[in-house]
Amino acid sequence: MSEGLRPTRRQIIVGRLIDAGLILFCLAMLLPLVLLVSNAFKTPPDILRWPPAILPRDPTLDNMRAVLADTPLLRWMWNSVLFALLSTAAILTTSAVTGYVLAKFRSRVLNVVFAIILATAIVPFEVYMIPLFFNVQKLGLLNSTAGLLVGYLVMSFGIFLIRQNVIASIPDELLEAARVDGAGEWWIFWRIVVPLLRGPLGALGVLAFFQAWTAFAWPLIVTTTKESYTVEVGLALFQTGFTVDLGRLSAAATVVLVPTIIVFSLLRRNFVQGVATSGLKD
Amino acid sequence: MTARGRWSFILAALLPTLAIYAWVRLYPIGDVLYLSLHEWNIIAKVRPFVGLENFVELSTDPLFLEALRNTAIIAFGVLLVTIPLAMVLAALIHARTASRLSGFYETAIFLPHVVSLVPAAMAWKWIFDARLGPLNAILSVFGVQPKAWLFDPVLSILCIVVLCAWQALGFAVLIFLVGIKNLPVSLYEAAKLDGAGPVQSFFYVTVPLLKPITLYVSVVTLVAGFNVYGQAFVLASDAQGAPGNLVRVLVLDMLENAFRNYRVGYAAAEAVVLLVVVLVLTAIQFGALRERGRA
Repeated sequence: MSEGLRPTRRQIIVGRLIDAGLILFCLAMLLPLVLLVSNAFKTPPDILRWPPAILPRDPTLDNMRAVLADTPLLRWMWNSVLFALLSTAAILTTSAVTGYVLAKFRSRVLNVVFAIILATAIVPFEVYMIPLFFNVQKLGLLNSTAGLLVGYLVMSFGIFLIRQNVIASIPDELLEAARVDGAGEWWIFWRIVVPLLRGPLGALGVLAFFQAWTAFAWPLIVTTTKESYTVEVGLALFQTGFTVDLGRLSAAATVVLVPTIIVFSLLRRNFVQGVATSGLKD
Repeated sequence: MTARGRWSFILAALLPTLAIYAWVRLYPIGDVLYLSLHEWNIIAKVRPFVGLENFVELSTDPLFLEALRNTAIIAFGVLLVTIPLAMVLAALIHARTASRLSGFYETAIFLPHVVSLVPAAMAWKWIFDARLGPLNAILSVFGVQPKAWLFDPVLSILCIVVLCAWQALGFAVLIFLVGIKNLPVSLYEAAKLDGAGPVQSFFYVTVPLLKPITLYVSVVTLVAGFNVYGQAFVLASDAQGAPGNLVRVLVLDMLENAFRNYRVGYAAAEAVVLLVVVLVLTAIQFGALRERGRA
């Protein structure tokens, strides 16, 4: 710990060494993704060259063009975006309302509700996925965004997160004062509570979006037509094909990866906050 | 506001969510438990009650047992790689908080955790590729014979562990970082006065104090490991016409029984086994935390 005092020469050297180690490790973590993106722009002989170059020798858009012509990749992306956005909206709404009510109103019934939500929060999605599938099938929602959504309408952790935040940051006196002034409960919720929850709702929104965007098992069983695949499912099935070569595979993966990385970089703070709170729930 | 007005608000606010919750969570969970005790082949109208027969059959089903073994190896393998590595990385990143690079460290290590699973798995699939992959090429420099990573039954599991650990690491590092930041500075000062160096403080102050967080991250990592599916699906599926060695994991076996063999009751029993595993892991976490609280 070097706070306060001026670091000694030895501390500076140790710090530099740690930096060097961490930089090497971080680059190694990123290398698979970097090489994938690079392969997307390489010509077939360039891909086979050893050692693999970080930058393509003569960059080509052929792979990209071929992939966009061969597969409905953009359609799959759109399916995923729509699914993720709607799922985020649903999770934000249900979490905000439920979390607020469970935080600020006392009754035995609500305690039971909260206990049930907590108890089912640990059950992984994969456990009840099959009955849920038959639910969706009965409603005739297979191969549709609505069918995908059924699995991603609520998030137990979201309800929990909002409840904790309301308890920690919205004093009862504030709500009572509004009530004394004659404000209705819905007005209080929309005009006082929701604006105060902007931070946690932002974090939750990013978590919810990425959760749906990267969903795999559920879209795989709910969508069976090429037009209704999400991008994860479409890619996973595309890469098992006979005739696809590495360049085109990498191009398809890059089309999906790059926007994800850009969105993540923009929303990193929100995301980190969301994940960090999830770890502090005990 | 009257009490009645308040109750009508609570009902109006809560009922839609609770209805959804009951429909997409509670009912399917109940249904899984129900189906696991029945036999149902999707088409048949009748679902005869078979008691624990599904579970009895599972206990001798070689495919299920293989899936359970593979999944457990993957889950614990990921745990063994991730937790120690994440703790050391978090401590190092914390030590360099003042550095301009700390944001880069966090992002770089966390990125694999958020990027879409399938493209990331495709990158690794290429790395492990027996003919074209860089891994064999690097090993050949050291005189190691090229290996068919994704075709060998043992090595392919190892590959999945590597992929899953690469993804899980960022989450663990992030949680440990938050945990380390919340540790009282006074303890480190005391350790320093007692003559402890940074390495000693790490082993005798940081590691023991992080125990509840370590427990939490371990359980999350294990539960995620037991639900592994997409990674196995991509890495071990046929590659460009060549059949890969399919690594049978629990979720895959479950989906196969339900949708390929049309044995939904049997698949539900597998889901219940998965649920029991998760419940036991969570119970261990809570048990250990409580014990610690008492001590």
